[in-house]
Amino acid sequence: MADIPVVLFTLKMAAISTLIIAPLALALAAWSWRAGAKGLLLDAVGALPLVVPPTAIGFVLLELLSRRAPLGRMLDRAGIDVLFTPKAVVIACGVMAFPLMFTAFRVAIETTERRYFDIARTLGATPLRAFGRVTLPLAWRGLLSGVLLAFCRALGEFGATILIAGNIPGRTQTLALAIYDRVQSGRDAEAGALVVWVVVIAWLFVAASGLLIAQQRKRFAA
Amino acid sequence: MIELDVSLPLAHFTLAVHCVLDEKVTALVGPSGSGKTSLIESIAGLRRATGRIVIDGADVIDLPPERRRIGYVPQDVALFPHLNVRRNLTFGGDARFDDVVEILELAPLLDRAPASLSGGERQRVALGRALMTAPRLMLLDEPLAAIDQPFRARLLDYLRRVRDLGVPMIYVTHQPAEALSLASWCIVLERGEVAAQGPPGSTLG
Repeated sequence: MADIPVVLFTLKMAAISTLIIAPLALALAAWSWRAGAKGLLLDAVGALPLVVPPTAIGFVLLELLSRRAPLGRMLDRAGIDVLFTPKAVVIACGVMAFPLMFTAFRVAIETTERRYFDIARTLGATPLRAFGRVTLPLAWRGLLSGVLLAFCRALGEFGATILIAGNIPGRTQTLALAIYDRVQSGRDAEAGALVVWVVVIAWLFVAASGLLIAQQRKRFAA
Repeated sequence: MIELDVSLPLAHFTLAVHCVLDEKVTALVGPSGSGKTSLIESIAGLRRATGRIVIDGADVIDLPPERRRIGYVPQDVALFPHLNVRRNLTFGGDARFDDVVEILELAPLLDRAPASLSGGERQRVALGRALMTAPRLMLLDEPLAAIDQPFRARLLDYLRRVRDLGVPMIYVTHQPAEALSLASWCIVLERGEVAAQGPPGSTLG
């Protein structure tokens, strides 16, 4: 039961970060889809955090948010503390989960067949309306799957989080950081219990995501 | 009157069509790969062609598809699978809902899902959906291609009813009989160019 607060805190941070990046990932995925070949460049940028070490991303975020950088100074002047607060956890989780969500959204939109979008336009719909009324409803399973995958990625985020949020029990410590903390201090049984939490939660969400992807494929293969 | 002066590079040749269509129904015929669908998609605004597409005195070539007011029924009909027939029909407007439903006998289908419709029913719904937008031109890409022979005559009858609504129509077909039955003008396309045009009887020989 002692693990419950850290589990709830991690779920909350992952949920907030996922909700924040979802509109951005959707907008960029839609733009990239419409842009065709030109969108490939954006696809690569969107996928960067997937291949760059999380600590490298964490370092970049740390530099950007520190008082030495214009963004950090601006936040400081506005009285907003970010580094080593739960806000930093949300930022780290969001940045690291973004590529998974963006890539899943891209694939989900791509599999809806552009034809329906085109036909909607010949029926008088603007690109935005055609996307909202035709492409999105057809892609919803894939989109939801992307949200779930990103949520799972945020649940397990470690490298970027520890650099910009630290590992402060009761303030910024997430499940991944707590496991690291327990192992470092030789409390292996406690670490094991936390691992069970992570695995069960992640398994549930990844399974749900896989089910949604299978349904999406089945629908468009028919 | 419809004036086409369309140029569009394709994989193996350039589509270059120049013609004036005065008749209500024009059949567009030609072998596979002659550029018929590309021409239709250019007129609908789904491909960016250069030149002029003048409908009722207005050049629409630079307009996006949604502002052209051209009804397009593609070969695969592309009914929106997540919307029932009624919502497919009214997607682009419902100004002629009662008329269109009556002419195409769509009333029994209104609450059905597209997946549950037969090929002929899907064609009728797609025709109705395009007509609901009150188009100034209808483009039909081989509407009978996927229909079994016994049902073709019935669907042809529906197409005649659409013709009688008075909306100009360009009709892509492989079948001379269809062209003769529906159209009053015929264009034969070969490798992207107009090889012959005239009344279907004389053009199709």
